[in-house]
Amino acid sequence: MPERTIHASGFAGRGDDIYAALLKAHEGLTEAESHALNARLVLLMANRIGDADTVSDLLKTARSYAE
Amino acid sequence: MTAYAYTEQPFVRPPELDGGKTEAPVAIVGAGPIGLAMAIDLAQRGVASVLFDDNNVVSVGSRAICWAKRTLEIFDRLGVGERMLEKGVTWKVGRNFHGTEQVYAFDLLPEDGHKYPAFVNLQQYYVEDYLLDRAREFPDLIDIRFLSKVTDHEDRGEGVRVTVETPEGPYTLDADYMLACDGANSPTRTRMGLDFSGQTFEERFLICDIEMEESPFGDRDTPERWFWFDPPFHPGKSALLHKQPDNIYRIDLQLDTGADPEAEGTEDRVLPRIRAIVGDKPFRIDWLSVYRFRCMMLERFVHGRVIFAGDSAHVVSPFGARGGNGGIQDVDNLGWKLAAVVTGEAPRALIDSYDEERRHGAEENILNSARATGFMTPKSPIEALFRSETLRMAHDQPFARELINSGRLSRPCSLAGFPLQTDSASGQVRPGTAIIDAPVGDTWLISLVQGALTLVGFGGVRLPDVEGVRRIGIAQRTDDYPCFGDMEGYALGRYGMGKAYLFRPDGHVAAVFATPTAAGVAAARDRALGRKPVLTEAV
Repeated sequence: MPERTIHASGFAGRGDDIYAALLKAHEGLTEAESHALNARLVLLMANRIGDADTVSDLLKTARSYAE
Repeated sequence: MTAYAYTEQPFVRPPELDGGKTEAPVAIVGAGPIGLAMAIDLAQRGVASVLFDDNNVVSVGSRAICWAKRTLEIFDRLGVGERMLEKGVTWKVGRNFHGTEQVYAFDLLPEDGHKYPAFVNLQQYYVEDYLLDRAREFPDLIDIRFLSKVTDHEDRGEGVRVTVETPEGPYTLDADYMLACDGANSPTRTRMGLDFSGQTFEERFLICDIEMEESPFGDRDTPERWFWFDPPFHPGKSALLHKQPDNIYRIDLQLDTGADPEAEGTEDRVLPRIRAIVGDKPFRIDWLSVYRFRCMMLERFVHGRVIFAGDSAHVVSPFGARGGNGGIQDVDNLGWKLAAVVTGEAPRALIDSYDEERRHGAEENILNSARATGFMTPKSPIEALFRSETLRMAHDQPFARELINSGRLSRPCSLAGFPLQTDSASGQVRPGTAIIDAPVGDTWLISLVQGALTLVGFGGVRLPDVEGVRRIGIAQRTDDYPCFGDMEGYALGRYGMGKAYLFRPDGHVAAVFATPTAAGVAAARDRALGRKPVLTEAV
């Protein structure tokens, strides 16, 4: 098993709203523009989380799915 | 092709063709599930209707099959719920698969103490058959006219003149109101030139019913809803499997964008697709159809004396079972209001509240079904990427499972915050919420409460006598009104101790009282009947 942390839902029942908002943010963008948006979003979220250990743990978990 | 034996309904020569007249306040266009349920709801309140249908058989093909708990409770009130429960396939668990692996299962009704289950699967032709039988029990109040096509109508302010074509000639009929229950391609809507707008999904879906002895659900014999993303038998697309009575199974398969509906609808093309799912087990195709889904609604459901209900007012994709169920909630909302207006018990403004409340319901259904369909059919590479990574992580991440959307199944619509409800913070159940069932005495709360304005006292709360309001006591004792026990504690657990709830005739909570006074209950009653100015700022 690759190194990863299991995350319970933190969406408080509004997962569909958040997913829809994510897709809406990408609407009309080219693929390159979308990747750039995702990069900005990750940086914004990392800053919002603030704690370097937490960010590092999330990165490890995300990376663990790459084959 | 279908296994179902259709009975042809006779054309009966109406009095209008011989210079006669029919006195009925309501004309209903379309004798599908919505039109029939409307006629029954009105008849149960003593209001007569004439029901027109251009055809002479019930639904061709099984079409709507998933009937939600709330719908069954409404059908219970209309007298067909128990028959549906008996014949239908009861289920409550849904499973989502990604490839061959199950990533998420949900239980839609994990608790006991309800008369009806989360869902019953039953072909639309059975539902229409049961409704038709029930409607025939009101020969003086429901006049069903088959092979009678409404070709025109004229809203004359005081009523509607309906023009009807029949095998024996045309005629006109005057009614106070005309209900357009004429389906997704509503000729009434077209005739009126009303804008029906929203979203059309490019992908085509194959909907197929097959009859087979052995279960395609593998070894399990408990009926469930199975949904696959990217299954091995249909790579890159989605698939859905449901069980219906009579060994009929419903399969929905997503097809390619731009798939040719004619070609995809042929058995040559369909048989290998089905074999890929069910393997070597013998089966027979009972019905099939190729669809492109739409999520659309009218801007308003009430246009003068013409009122739209069901698919004529709003259409959704089938993921979430929000089409037929949404339509029956329209009936539930409109029936008591229209009856109260026609009999002079309530002002016409009450009908406007149907427009407002059910447009809210339709918007909720459209939002949910559009999102589910969107999840199945990513519009861009980036949407496909978000989806594939969600599915990948859902195998072990609970948060990602919550994002998988194979359809958010129909739930009762809350009418909280709309003007007919009296706002109150005192109860466990908010005003606007649909009735939550519970076993009481030797019956069910839904059976006692639905149908008329009803004040229910839970535990030690005395109910005042208010004109036009029925009283029911739960877990209390008095000679003033009927009381029922709460042996298992479900009712008090769900509604709270020492509270009184005023329910609307459609079972939605209108008001909650800690100390119900006659004046307070009367005010809430008037408000629920639209007697108080509904929009105070507009007066």
